[in-house]
Parts: sequence; C-alpha cells; structure tokens
Amino acid sequence: MKQHRLRRLYGVLFIVFCSALAFVLVYFAIRDNVNLFYSPSDLFENPPQGRNAIRAGGLVEIGSLRRSTDSLEIEFIITDLKKSIAVNYTGILPDLFKENAGVVATGYFDKNKMSLDAYQILAKHDENYVPKEVKKALEK
Amino acid sequence: MFQALKNFYHKLGSFPWFYKISGKVIPFLGFFSILLIVISSIWGLFFSPTDAVQGDVYRIIYFHVPAVSVSQVIYYSMSVAAAVFLIWRMKMAGVYIKSLAPIGAAFTFIGLLSGAIWGQPTWGTWWVWDARLTSTLVLFLFYLAIIGMQSTFASRKSADTAVSIITLVGVVNLPIVKKSVDWWNTLHQPASISISGESSISSEMLIPLLLSILGVYLFVFFTGLLFMRAEISSREQNKEWFKKLSSNN
Repeated sequence: MKQHRLRRLYGVLFIVFCSALAFVLVYFAIRDNVNLFYSPSDLFENPPQGRNAIRAGGLVEIGSLRRSTDSLEIEFIITDLKKSIAVNYTGILPDLFKENAGVVATGYFDKNKMSLDAYQILAKHDENYVPKEVKKALEK
Repeated sequence: MFQALKNFYHKLGSFPWFYKISGKVIPFLGFFSILLIVISSIWGLFFSPTDAVQGDVYRIIYFHVPAVSVSQVIYYSMSVAAAVFLIWRMKMAGVYIKSLAPIGAAFTFIGLLSGAIWGQPTWGTWWVWDARLTSTLVLFLFYLAIIGMQSTFASRKSADTAVSIITLVGVVNLPIVKKSVDWWNTLHQPASISISGESSISSEMLIPLLLSILGVYLFVFFTGLLFMRAEISSREQNKEWFKKLSSNN
C-alpha cells in the first residue's frame, strides 16, 4: 500500500478507535442505568435508596395471581427463581400478562415489606414463536 | 484471482461502467424484489400459523425483522464505503453513502414504527427506554445526521469526507444494537433467528420470514442502484461521457 494511503488507513482506524472508546466510557458510566429493570435478587442485594420509582422484572410466579372480585386490583409475585417480591397493581393488564410469563412492573418499592406498589405493568415476550396447533399438541 | 478482484474494484470506481451495468440489472432486481415481498407478505399474513402466545399480532414480524435487519446491514456497508472513501478517495464511495443513507433511515424508521405498533398490544406500551430500542433510535439519528450533513458543505469533496467520518463514528453503535439484548436486562426479547444454532421460531413461520428478508434485501439493492444512478447523473451531468450518453438516447 502506498505511504499516503497507509497513513489514511491509520487515520480511519484511529477514528473508529476513538469512537469505540467514547461509547465504552459512556456505557461504563451509565452501566447501572442501562438495565431496564432489577431482578428480585438485585433488589434483595441492593435495595434502592430514596423514593424514586423503579422497575422490577422476572416471571409471574405460578399460582400467585390474586384478582379482586369488585375492582381492577391484582396482586402477584415476581420471581427470578431465586428470590421473589410481591407486587400490587390496579388497572388494565397487557394481553400477554399471565402466570409463568415474563413481566416488568414499574412502581414504588417498599424495602421493609419487599413489595412493589406498581403503576405500570408491561408483559415481556420471549424469543419463542410456536404455532397454536403445535403448542396444543405438545400440551396433550 | 487477486488481479481480477483488483480489476473489479477499479471498475467499481468508474462512473460510466457502473451506469451501464446498473441499468441492465435494475429491472430484474425490481421485479424479483417486489415479487418476493408480495409473496412473503401474503404467505406471512394469511397462511403462516397463528402464534400460540401472541395470536395474530405476531405477523408484524414479517415487516419488522426485515426492516431492522437491512437497516443495520446498510449501515455496515456504508461504513466500509466510508473507509474506502477516506483511504482511496474513491468518488463512488461518496455516491454510495449519499444514496444509501435515506434508504437506511427509512428502514430504521419502519423498524421502529412496526416495533411500536407491535409493542402496544403485546408489552402494553408503544415505547420503553431499554437498551435495544434506544440504541436503534441512536442508529436512526446517525442516519439523519449523515443525510443532514450532505448539504452543509460548499464542495462535494468536503461533504463526502465529513460524512465518511461521521459514518465511521456511528459504526460502533451497531454491535451495541445487536448485543444489547444479551448484555443488559431489556424488554425486547433476544433474537429468534440463529445462524449457528437452532432458531427459536418454528419453521412454518420462519420460511416466509426468510423470504421477506430476502425480498427486502433485493429491494434495497434495487432502490440503492436507482438512487446511485440519480446521484451520478447529477454529479456528472457536465462530463463528456454523460452528455454523449444522453444525446444517444
């Protein structure tokens, strides 16, 4: 490669290197905030300080879902199969919300009761795409 | 072999050669890409099975996945062109970046929009600031920056140089888009299609998806060549070869 082209190649590599360094530093600085939610284990290890809203995510524990008979209030437990926290919420749920499925709840955390007073519930979908008929056949 | 590659590379840099060859392949690319998109859309929307968990809303995948996938590939190819422009000063690379950036931006936008439309019924929200969605928005903003910078310079050469640099800066964002779902807790699910291992999407749903991806890729080739020809004819309109070409037609 000719001398001046080699020099420009180093220039190109230098740009990419600097940009990569910048991205790495930014993500390193905000590493705790890049995660969308805390798992119940995170919350047990490092209970969040202050009164800000947090997000907790995991699976809805099987058999934990309780619905109120006369209002939209529900209670359930979020688990990561190691630790679990209780959640209560009043409102409409997304279609995919059900027991043993992924969920992300936003709300105010109570350290003493290890429970979350949620004002938003999001359902998390996994990467599995299975036709209805196949699933029915598998469950038989 | 190496010599042949080198010859091809030099030909790629030639505007008259490119103009002639691209004119021949464009009709075929246009026909096959639109055919594939129509077939895969009908297959995906009406004939592929309903998903067990999500129901019919999952069919947005036949638009969402091809769009976001091609938007990332376009950016990778643009950053290769940016390096080629900066090192070899090949004018064609500048034409490539300028022509492909709006296409990449459009497909990133389709990806973000279709994802939001899917997210509302399945997740319960249009938008969430998780790592995958945010880094894809950053990709969209890089595309907009590249498009915007094109017209902020008096000379074509300085514009192409500046745009190449900003393109290379943004390429670091792409591995983050790709790996965000593995590195951090996100609402967005990990990839369903795997090249090395087994895909976690059933084959009846996967085949039309692969067809739609192929269709969109061909469509990008088609529109990319069209846009490049338009750009070349605007840059070279006063050159001899171009005048001769237009007077022949």
